Amino acid sequence: MNQGDLSGEYGRWKSGPYAKTCARFPERKERFEGSSGIEVKPLYTPLDVEQVDYVNDLGFPGEYPYNRGVQPTMYRGRFWTMRQYAGFATAEESNRRYKYLLEQGQTGLSVAFDLPTQIGYDSDHELSAGEVGKVGVAIDSLADMETLFDGIPLDKVSTSMTINAPASMLLAMYIAVAEKQGVFANKLNGTIQNDILKEYAARGTYIFPPKPSMRLITNIFEYCSTAVPRWNTISISGYHIREAGATAVQEVAFTLADGIAYVKAAVDAGLDVDDFGPRLSFFFNAHNDLLEEVAKFRAARRLWARIMRDRFGAKDPKSMQLRFHTQTAGCTLTAQQPDNNIVRVTLQALAAVLGGTQSLHTNSRDEALALPSQDSVRIALRTQQIIAYESGVADTIDPLAVSYYIEALTDEIERAAADYIRRIDEIGGAPAAIERGFIQAEIEESAYRYQMEIESGDRTIVGLNDFQIEEDRPSGLLKVDPAVGDLQCRKLAQLRAERDNAAVEASLAALEHAASGSDNLMPYILDAVRAYATLGEMCGVLRGVFGEYKPTVAY
Amino acid sequence: MDWQEIVSRALARDIRAVSRLISIVEDRRSGFENAYAAIYPHTGRAHVIGITGPPGSGKSTLVDKMAAEYRGRGKTVGIVAVDPTSPFTGGALLGDRLRMQRHSLDDGVFIRSMGTRGHLGGVSRATSGVVDVLDAAGYDYVLIETVGVGQSEVEIASLADTVALVQVPGLGDDIQVIKAGVMEIGDVFVVNKKDRPGVERVVAEIRMALDLAGNASGRVRAYSGHHGPTAASAAGAVATTEVTPWRPPILQTMAESGEGVAEVCDMCDVHMCRLTEDGTLVERRLRRAKSETMQIASDLIWRGLADDPRTLEAAEGLARKVAQREMDPYVAGRSLRELIVN
Amino acid sequence: MDEGRKIRVLVAKPGLDGHDRGAKVVARALRDAGMEVIYTGLRQTPEQIVAAAIQEDVDVVAMSILSGAHNYLFPRVMQLLRERGVDDVLVVGGGIIPDEDIPGLKECGIAEVFTPGASTADTVKFIRENIKR
Repeated sequence: MNQGDLSGEYGRWKSGPYAKTCARFPERKERFEGSSGIEVKPLYTPLDVEQVDYVNDLGFPGEYPYNRGVQPTMYRGRFWTMRQYAGFATAEESNRRYKYLLEQGQTGLSVAFDLPTQIGYDSDHELSAGEVGKVGVAIDSLADMETLFDGIPLDKVSTSMTINAPASMLLAMYIAVAEKQGVFANKLNGTIQNDILKEYAARGTYIFPPKPSMRLITNIFEYCSTAVPRWNTISISGYHIREAGATAVQEVAFTLADGIAYVKAAVDAGLDVDDFGPRLSFFFNAHNDLLEEVAKFRAARRLWARIMRDRFGAKDPKSMQLRFHTQTAGCTLTAQQPDNNIVRVTLQALAAVLGGTQSLHTNSRDEALALPSQDSVRIALRTQQIIAYESGVADTIDPLAVSYYIEALTDEIERAAADYIRRIDEIGGAPAAIERGFIQAEIEESAYRYQMEIESGDRTIVGLNDFQIEEDRPSGLLKVDPAVGDLQCRKLAQLRAERDNAAVEASLAALEHAASGSDNLMPYILDAVRAYATLGEMCGVLRGVFGEYKPTVAY
Repeated sequence: MDWQEIVSRALARDIRAVSRLISIVEDRRSGFENAYAAIYPHTGRAHVIGITGPPGSGKSTLVDKMAAEYRGRGKTVGIVAVDPTSPFTGGALLGDRLRMQRHSLDDGVFIRSMGTRGHLGGVSRATSGVVDVLDAAGYDYVLIETVGVGQSEVEIASLADTVALVQVPGLGDDIQVIKAGVMEIGDVFVVNKKDRPGVERVVAEIRMALDLAGNASGRVRAYSGHHGPTAASAAGAVATTEVTPWRPPILQTMAESGEGVAEVCDMCDVHMCRLTEDGTLVERRLRRAKSETMQIASDLIWRGLADDPRTLEAAEGLARKVAQREMDPYVAGRSLRELIVN
Repeated sequence: MDEGRKIRVLVAKPGLDGHDRGAKVVARALRDAGMEVIYTGLRQTPEQIVAAAIQEDVDVVAMSILSGAHNYLFPRVMQLLRERGVDDVLVVGGGIIPDEDIPGLKECGIAEVFTPGASTADTVKFIRENIKR
């Protein structure tokens, strides 16, 4: 049957059996849409993918434009890294949890830090009161980092650290801990999130203003390209942007726009795109609409490949490969009937795997209630293992490709995201768009619309606005011991008493001096870290030189 | 607390009392007229500065930095931040405070946010009331921040002794500057975010518009934020040209870093000196008092009438005739007035 | 009720938590319900929140927190309000707050806690029915 015939046949079906059935039994909704407002048609046929050129638009895994995957064998060679975000309260407890997870088969570590650490305050700072150890581990100095990784061979694991504004310092601490284990920096594997733009736009743990923050980021790129070459120096993140309420299209658009800004900053600072390009990585959300998410990941890969090759002139294929970590969408989980969350996470994890993620974190069922309990975390890990070992979806590469719907949707998402990027370019790039509040306003608008859909009943959330039950309060939730704050303060006092304070002073003075100039700050930070300067002390010095970021956009 | 206690505490700058008094006056709660009468004799001391400009021009940041600057000079500052009320819902998102929250723990700074609608007598009446409370409470400066894109905002700005108009390059709003009524009320022009491309063009456009408006008897001096005159030298210049009208200076700032803000404060002070010395201040305040008095009288008259059922009935009847094209609205209006007067 | 008098709400983010999606959605919903909403922004200390609440003479203080630090920060805000003699403000909270912490928070004066899944309509209704005037 040729396309002309198909068009006729489709028309026949649509106005015939389909229309007849609709007349008798109307469809559930007037219009079906994905998260981004893209209409979902009843049926997709070859007519929807007429413009898709297999060789140029899809290609092969491990080859430009990487639509089907960044690596030729994908999960047939090796499963994605199962990397569960964890860390809370003290370094000792976190160390125990990491060892537990490694024993249970997790293959990479992911460190969560508490808010004072993420914002560069010591545990005894006034603003840290009540926050120490709550959302992650408190790290005040190299001493805490040594405890965190005690007995964990850093040349054998890969560690992802969710740290942004003070990423340089936490990386320096990691390098220093490895040194003490006798492991050279060039053997270290891991990632630092280090994505400050999304902090301004969606997550809120910024410290310094944009310009000096970009300087720190490019310093890290430059330093690691020679000293820590296996390290992923940035995880350009869409996860939080999505959590803040963005749609799938916006998630791709704003993340890649941020990526463009980082590449541009590094190139403007004199680096060659292929020197750091291979080490850029991304971090996406895996949301509810399974098929839209798969299309989203594929669209992002293709769009980034095009951007790196055509816009930045990258030559190294590795620079064009969008490698990403995924986390299932925390914002979709409900406090009501929490076991349902296991099902949600399963579907979201499946989307990430079908979308070709390099590593994955699955949320625990008690996500909307508290930090996860040990049992909940184990189930979340098992979810990944069952998908990997029992479901068969990892046995062939990019299995949903050439589905008419998936390819049509991939194209549409890529087109819509590229359109957003063009608008952001017109404003002057992601930093300018954030300064103007453009990105924040788009996100807020989507967030508000989503909430109103739930409240009006247009959007059903099972257990929340439909299928509710009377339930008891859940038990067994994790509680962070409030004494953690005191413990951490005592440790700090002890540290300050025992370390060589003259060496600390000297290293901080050198850091301050370098910050006012244009040197790469990593060596100075390493010196201060090795002398056991605290995170608050180092950030305090930089706050003095760089100033603090003052958000100016409310609505 | 009854209104007397609130008033006496507010006059002593008790924050809670000032705040409650503002609410009483803004909302016209019962007792407000007495309270207002009690505080009014204490007004007239503050230097009221209106800061207005399009969204995105950095007004709030500028106001935040000006407050810091004045505080550094040992002065106290009241700030009234006006944001639009939604005409559909009657609600408002008042987000200016966010940029100034660092002052919230400083007793020498009082920040109050208000919306533009739902005020009897209009927003400028309500804002005027709020300004008067802060003035009476003893704040040296009262800064009014509004979005300068509508007529009511122009009215609010004209409550001020000194009006600072803020523009930014590159918003495509250069034409904003020329909008009717806006140019005439500007005493100080501020081009913010001066690191953006297009700043010279904005300055030139303002200068041209000022020339056209005849504000400068042919010449306007533009002061750059870097090497502007000191307050002293400018005041000196003023003294020798007493009969020349005020030439609005055009200042350039980077409000975010604070660059140029001191000069803006200086120019506002210079402007106030000038107003006081050459009698313009007295003139302006007289004009404003007259317009306020007449406006209030007119409001009262109208409200009295609009509530009278006889008027309403007559108006209904006339309206029907107008709607059916039996009578035109002017004839109807005149008839109604005849009925009322007699 | 006095003519034209709006309900004024201070929406605040105490502590270091940077997630403001919920706060902004609630702020907008309150605006759509005809209220005047003053948003303080992130990283507010209890002192800053109370100072703003007093200056703005709000009817409601609504605090959003997802970091688990509510048991320290919320009572501190209530204590400061009491110390300043402010007893006519309705204080509510929202975010990630375990059910078992809610009785303790209510005891120290938080009128209601809106946890994940609560609708903005519920929040609006609660405010309208419970403001102290």
